[in-house]
Amino acid sequence: MSKLTMVEALNLALAQEMDRDSNVVQMGEDIGVNGGVFRVTKDLQSQFGENRVLDTPLAECGIVGTAVGMAVYGLRPVVEIQFSGFTMQAFDQIEQNMARLHNRTQGKYTVPMVLRTPYGGNIRAVEHHSESREAYWAHTPGLQVVIPSGPRNARALLAAAIRSDDPVIFYEPKAIYRAFREEVPDAPELLEIGKANVAIEGTDITIISYGATLRTCVEAAQDLEEDHNVSVEVIDLLSVSPIDTETIATSVQKTGRCLIVNEGQRTCGIAAELIARINETCFEYLEAPIKRITGFDTVFPYFQVEEHYLPECEEIVSTVKSIVAWE
Amino acid sequence: MATENPSHSTTNEGREIASSTTPSAMNTTPIELGQIEVLQILNEHGEVDSGLEPNYSNDELIEMYTAMVRARAFDKRMLTMQRQGRMGTFAPNLGQEACIVGQVYPLLKDDWYSPSYRSFGAQLIRGWPMEHLMRLWAGFHDGFPPPKNVNDLPFSIVIGSHVLPAVGIGMGMTYKKDPHCVVVNYGDGASSQGAVSEALNFAAVYKAPVVFVCENNGWAISTPIEKQASSEHFAKRGIAFDVPSIRVDGNDLFAMIKATEEATTRARNGSGPTLIEAVTYRMSLHTTADDPTVYRKDEAVEEWENRCPLLRFELYLKRKGVIEQSDIESIEQACDDEVIQAREKFYAMDPADATEIFDYMFTELPEELKEQKREYLKRLSNKGVTDE
Repeated sequence: MSKLTMVEALNLALAQEMDRDSNVVQMGEDIGVNGGVFRVTKDLQSQFGENRVLDTPLAECGIVGTAVGMAVYGLRPVVEIQFSGFTMQAFDQIEQNMARLHNRTQGKYTVPMVLRTPYGGNIRAVEHHSESREAYWAHTPGLQVVIPSGPRNARALLAAAIRSDDPVIFYEPKAIYRAFREEVPDAPELLEIGKANVAIEGTDITIISYGATLRTCVEAAQDLEEDHNVSVEVIDLLSVSPIDTETIATSVQKTGRCLIVNEGQRTCGIAAELIARINETCFEYLEAPIKRITGFDTVFPYFQVEEHYLPECEEIVSTVKSIVAWE
Repeated sequence: MATENPSHSTTNEGREIASSTTPSAMNTTPIELGQIEVLQILNEHGEVDSGLEPNYSNDELIEMYTAMVRARAFDKRMLTMQRQGRMGTFAPNLGQEACIVGQVYPLLKDDWYSPSYRSFGAQLIRGWPMEHLMRLWAGFHDGFPPPKNVNDLPFSIVIGSHVLPAVGIGMGMTYKKDPHCVVVNYGDGASSQGAVSEALNFAAVYKAPVVFVCENNGWAISTPIEKQASSEHFAKRGIAFDVPSIRVDGNDLFAMIKATEEATTRARNGSGPTLIEAVTYRMSLHTTADDPTVYRKDEAVEEWENRCPLLRFELYLKRKGVIEQSDIESIEQACDDEVIQAREKFYAMDPADATEIFDYMFTELPEELKEQKREYLKRLSNKGVTDE
C-alpha cells in the first residue's frame, strides 16, 4: 500500500497489466523515452522495451487505426492521445472501426483496446486542451466510456478497461492528475465497468458527478452537512457509457431530489441524459425539479477566465439549498 | 516495429558540424528520389514479354483465367439481380478482373486481406462463398463477417478507413513474429484521404508486412484522376514515405501476380511494405445507383475495351495452345452456372433476423442495452414480426 497520485496510480496499472499479459502494448506520441507529456507512461519503455511501448508518428488517426488492427490481430493496445482535443483527428477511426468492427463482423473479431486521454479544464492550457467531450463518445454505439475521480479508482478502472474485450474510451481528469494522493493497494484491483459508486451516503438530496468535479461535489456535500444541516448523497458515476441507472434510481428514489454536476457542455450532455433517466425511473418520488450545473454551450474559454466556466463549490451549495427549499 | 534494447543514435558532440561554405550542418547535395519501375508482362495484344513470361502449368493458367471469368460472371448476374429489384446497391468490377485476381493470387491462408467494396473477385478467391457476398450486398448483417477460417477484414464503407487497421494487423504480425503479410486494396480516390498517407507512413516506420494495392481505375464516382490529384502516378506517394513502389499494368494478370508475389515475399521476410499502383479502368458504373453518362463519354470507355484483361489473356492462352474458343465458352458457361447455383442458394436462405441488432454491440450486453432490447422485442412482437 502506497500513497499515490492519479498519474502514479495509472502508471502502476499500466505496468501491472503489461507484466501480466504480453499482448498489452502502449502506443502514443512521446510516451516512450519521455514517458508521456504528463508522465503516465514513465519508465514503461525502459522496463518493457520499444516493441511494447511505441513512440508513434504524430498522427492520432494513424495511432487509433493501427491500434484497431493490432487489437483484431489479438493484441491489447492501450493508446494515449496526448490531449482529448486531439482525439478529433481520430474520430473517423473511433467511429468507423474501433466502435463497430465487433458488430460489423458479428463477433468474429473483437477490438480489445483502450484509448486513454487527459480531458477537462483548470490547468491553464492553450486552446483544444481543456474540453470535456465525453458525450460524443457516449453517443457512439459500441464504446464504453469511463472516467475515474481519484488515484485508487483510476488504477482499478484502467486495469478493468485493459482486460475488457470491448473498446474503452478512458478519460483522465487531468486537473486532478496530481491534486491529491490516496492509498492504493499494491495488489491489482478491478472495478466493474458500468457501475457507479456511492461516494457519500445521505438522505436529503443526490448529487451525481464524475471526474474532477466529483471532488468539488464532495467538498460541497461536507459544507452542506456541517453548515446547513443538509444530508447529501454523492454518486460518482465512473462510467458515462454504460450508465448505472439502477444505482442512480435507488438513490433518487430515497432522497427525492437531485443535482447533476459536470464540466461538459449542457446541450445533449451527460446531465441531460441522467435527467431523462431519472424522469423515467423516479418521477413519482421527486420532491423538486432536478437541476444541473454544467459547462456552457460555448467554446471552452481561454485560460485567463477558465475558472469562471467550471462548476464551483459555492454554486453547488447554493443550488442544493434552493432545491431543498423548493415547494 | 522497433527492436528491444535499441542502440541510441550518437550525438554530434565534439564533432565539427559545419563547413566554412555552408551556413549550417545541412547536406546541400540535391536529393534523388529515384525511379519508379513500371511493369507489364502481357500487353493488350496478348503478346508476352519473353524475358518475363512466367512458367505456369496449363492447369494453373486455366485456374487463374477462370478466376477472372468467375469474377465477371458474378458481376454480371449481380447487376441483373439489382435491376430486377432482388439485390441492393452493388459496385461492379467490370474490366478490373486481372487487378483483383492478381492481388490475392500469391496470398497464403495465414496471410490477411483487407478488401475495398469493389474487391469481390478477390474475396471469392479468399474463400468467401458467392451466396455469402450476395447476402452482404442484399443488406444482411451476416454477409459482412468473413467466413470461418478466412483471415480477412470486412470492407468498410467510408473510403480509405480500412487501410490503417490493415497496417495494424501487419504491426501485430511483426510483434508476434509471425511470418505472414497483409494485402490492402483501395483506390485512386482513397489516396486523397489523409488516413491513407498515415497508413503508408506507419507501415514504413514500423516496417510492417503490408502490401498496399492502389487500384487506380481512373474514377472516384464522377471525379476523374486529374481532379483527384496533380499527378496521375499514385506510385509516387509511396516513395515519399520510403515505401518501395511500383506502377503495374493492372489489366495484366501476370504483372499483377508478379508484383504482388515479390511484395508479399519481401513483407514475409521482414523487409517491410510495398506500394503497388495498379493501372486499370472502371468500365462500368461506380455503383448501380450511378449513371456515368452524366460525366464521361463512351469513347473513353471504348479505348479501354481494347485493353480488356480477359481478352488479352485469352489471346495468349490460345496462341500458346492452352485453350481454344470452345474452351472459353465452356469456362464462361461453368462460371455462370456456379453463380446461378449460388443465386438459388441465396434466394432459399433464411430471412434476416430482426432480433439480433443488439447482440453484437458488445461481447456482453450492458444492462441498459438489455432493457432497450426488451423494448425492441416487444415492438417486433406487437408488429407481428416475431411470435412472442
